[in-house]
Amino acid sequence: MRINPRIINRLVRMGLNVQAFFTVGILIIIIAIIFFKGFPHMSFAFIFSFPEDMGREGGIFPSIVGTIQLALLSILFATPLGLGTAIFLTEYTRESLFTKLIRFGVESLAGIPSILYGLFGFIFFVIKLKMGWSLLAGVLTMTIMILPTIIRTSEEAIRAVPRQLRIVSYSLSASKWETIKKVVLPAAMPGILTGIMLSIGRAVGETAAIIFTMGSSLRLPLSVMDSGRTMAVHFYILAREGISMEKAYGTAVVLVLSILLINILAYYIMNKAIARYS
Amino acid sequence: MDTKISTDRLKVFFGKAQVLKEITIAVHRNTITGFMGPSGSGKSTLISVINRMIDFENNVRIEGDAAIDGTSILDGSINPIELRRRVGTVFAVPIPLPRSIFENIAYGPKLKGTTDRTSLHHIVEDSLKKAFLWDEVKDRLSTSALKLSGGQQQRLCLARTLALKPEIILLDEPCSGLDPVSTAKIEDALSELKSEYTIILVSNNTKQIARISDFSAFFYLGELIEYNTTEKVFTTPAESKTEDYIQGKFG
Repeated sequence: MRINPRIINRLVRMGLNVQAFFTVGILIIIIAIIFFKGFPHMSFAFIFSFPEDMGREGGIFPSIVGTIQLALLSILFATPLGLGTAIFLTEYTRESLFTKLIRFGVESLAGIPSILYGLFGFIFFVIKLKMGWSLLAGVLTMTIMILPTIIRTSEEAIRAVPRQLRIVSYSLSASKWETIKKVVLPAAMPGILTGIMLSIGRAVGETAAIIFTMGSSLRLPLSVMDSGRTMAVHFYILAREGISMEKAYGTAVVLVLSILLINILAYYIMNKAIARYS
Repeated sequence: MDTKISTDRLKVFFGKAQVLKEITIAVHRNTITGFMGPSGSGKSTLISVINRMIDFENNVRIEGDAAIDGTSILDGSINPIELRRRVGTVFAVPIPLPRSIFENIAYGPKLKGTTDRTSLHHIVEDSLKKAFLWDEVKDRLSTSALKLSGGQQQRLCLARTLALKPEIILLDEPCSGLDPVSTAKIEDALSELKSEYTIILVSNNTKQIARISDFSAFFYLGELIEYNTTEKVFTTPAESKTEDYIQGKFG
């Protein structure tokens, strides 16, 4: 028996709709619960004041600053390194055992659980290099963690730039580096930015690796050698140790809002970049 | 006649396949020379030797020589980037860079180190006028070049090449995707330009070659079958193969 293709078409469409709604639905439920539980504890003072009594009272200002410091510095370290690697892999090498090895390494790095990065960071940066629990140790660990994402997304974005654009650039007397700088990277920019945004998200949301390396001091980190606490870590400790669920949810709301803000900002920058180059 | 570009028993191999077989040709200064022949005849490969874009192909072997103004361009001491300022190229498919019309034209001059705004403006205007595009775009130089029509894009590519101030312009089937009106505009531009430049026009369109070129070369399977004044080639071809091709018996 042959089923009418139009009916199949409808069924498939319905199925896909349900799946899409399911995905978005879960997201909405999670955000709704967090907002429902956390929003009443949100206030200007909560964001801009220091925690008191281990976080039972007061605000979360230091952990907001700590989160921003960690994310920004990690991106600052990882982006040039990762982008450089991606450019090297795509533009300056031919497919060989060497590039396959690098790529395999990158993919393996991406698959390692964050707790192992934390352990490595603790043994190497904190103990061996005597950095102690510090912003610097956290940033370096985070840099290694987000490097694979930046390399992979940048590499794919660079690879997706049409060969003809490069050929045209060469034909107009551009050198290889000029072509990369003026044609390839601008065209790949949206993809590269996506990778950076994903990485910021990861840095903002990470806990395990951060507790091991940056520690969990409640003070405001004023130098890279100071210990500090990100919002995610603060949330984890408040909830895990039963200090204050209210404050934990309040922190979660700020965390979610800041991730949302970062994404909106990223879209804005991305659209600007696209509009400028197309 | 004054020779601008010459090749001497030029052979090109892609891997084991030989795509150019002992090509010896002398292209005259300030003329339009048409290269015609069915696909696979090697005419585009010959072009890519002259602008050294062949450097970007893998697995290439070149024997023999090619020269501009009597100086070899295959010599190791030649800087291909410098060479491509003297030899401009327009490709079959117009590919504007994803930036404004102005920035497309200014791309080459900026690479050469021209940063002064007024001289750039001068170059852009001059190049667009020579490519017969100025009147259509003069009010929107800052809009994206991707918004132009196909015919305009190809003239933009021509203007972009002219902005390099080259001595030679190579056009690889520049009108293959264009409508007759756009084609006529390109042809008009080329006819004006030949007093200043040496132009090689690769085309599958024999009528176009007959219309605007001074000399015509017919290539077939990597060999130069016939090369003479366009009048001679099209009225009394020496080879029957040429005659068959011009009459459209194969292609």
